[in-house]
Amino acid sequence: MSAISCFLTSRWGPILTGAIVGILAPVLVKLGNPGNMGVCMVCFTRDIAGALGLHRASVVQYIRPEIIGLFFGALIGALAFGEFKPRTGSAPLVRFLLGTFASFGALLFLGCPWRAYLRLAGGDWNAIFAILGLIAGIGIGIGFLKMGYSLGRNHPATTAVGWVMPAVMVALLVLLLLAPQFGRDASGNPTGPIFFSEKGPGSQHAPIVIAIVAGLAIGFLAQRSRFCTVGAIRDVILLRDSHLLNGILAFIVFAFITNLILGQFHPGFTNQPVAHTNAMFNFGGMVLAGLAFTLAGGCPGRQLFLSGEGDADAAMFVIGMIVGAGFSHTYSATATPNGPSAFSALALIVGLLVCIIIGFTMRERKA
Amino acid sequence: MTEVLDARGLSCPQPAMLTRQALQKLGKGTLEVLVDSPTARENISRLAREASWKVEIQQQADGSVKLILSK
Repeated sequence: MSAISCFLTSRWGPILTGAIVGILAPVLVKLGNPGNMGVCMVCFTRDIAGALGLHRASVVQYIRPEIIGLFFGALIGALAFGEFKPRTGSAPLVRFLLGTFASFGALLFLGCPWRAYLRLAGGDWNAIFAILGLIAGIGIGIGFLKMGYSLGRNHPATTAVGWVMPAVMVALLVLLLLAPQFGRDASGNPTGPIFFSEKGPGSQHAPIVIAIVAGLAIGFLAQRSRFCTVGAIRDVILLRDSHLLNGILAFIVFAFITNLILGQFHPGFTNQPVAHTNAMFNFGGMVLAGLAFTLAGGCPGRQLFLSGEGDADAAMFVIGMIVGAGFSHTYSATATPNGPSAFSALALIVGLLVCIIIGFTMRERKA
Repeated sequence: MTEVLDARGLSCPQPAMLTRQALQKLGKGTLEVLVDSPTARENISRLAREASWKVEIQQQADGSVKLILSK
């Protein structure tokens, strides 16, 4: 066991994790997931928000089993190596807000950093603007960190705190499997409480068992190797450390090769799956998301894995992402494959303002 | 005199960033860093070794870890 742990925390850990994600994500697409959406933390939490009725965009509603698998993979990794430590107290409310606005930003591009790399590896050149936006957002976040930005320290919490998120994930799994319905309205539409898309991206998914197993494998590896799609760029700029970036490069290369083999590499800007071609919003949305992720300490995947380690503050970020996706769709802020919506620009401006205020105002309280 | 940096409970990348700043300021000598997350421990060990600092790790009674960095 310790040999595995040593390997995964060595320089090869993120590279192996990136390679495995790079292979599994396109395979999940082949098995039914939407195009270039083998793994996407924001798209998947958006689908979960829809399935729970937090928004009524009928084409993006599904309890994505990958999220449940990713979480439990990280939990198993943490428990097996003595790293499950319930903790909280580092500005959870602010982290909730950051999760909310990270979702707003990423849904302007239609993908989190994981999907940005996957879209690039699938030939969707719109992702180039998103990745440039991500780098810019991370750069702004680093500026705040250098100015002394901090959400303060977390503290050990009672064991029960650490088991709240596992209970939430078990509840999601039960809801996925049972999909309870209270009835239908006069038009014959389901009245919930759980909604699953009958058409559109929400209706496209790999078989549940395969999605969960893939999630478990990725979650375990990512927890052990500290894989982070935002930390990879941040650490190169801030610390001159390419440890995590090597993992992202492996991720892109292996996803590209797997897409080629599976016939899923389609280079171009137009007619890309679940994507639009508005470069300004692809860039701007990821500036907002990149800033929010950096201020929270890691990418959405990392937040999910940390919540699997018992970090209740990271769990607040994840819950914020789900709620943010609900708001974003309900308020016509999220982009669609046709481009930005009526309130996309307003959402971007408000999100950036909130994150900048957080960046300027949050400092560690001196004892 | 040994300088001490308490990075317990801080989010990424603050433990590594603060350690890097402290080491650059110190130049030579000994810096003790307290951390309580395995990620911070690994990141700090890596950046210190790459900058030719000797790293000694001491487990503390409260579950945290003391990294003694010396050059």
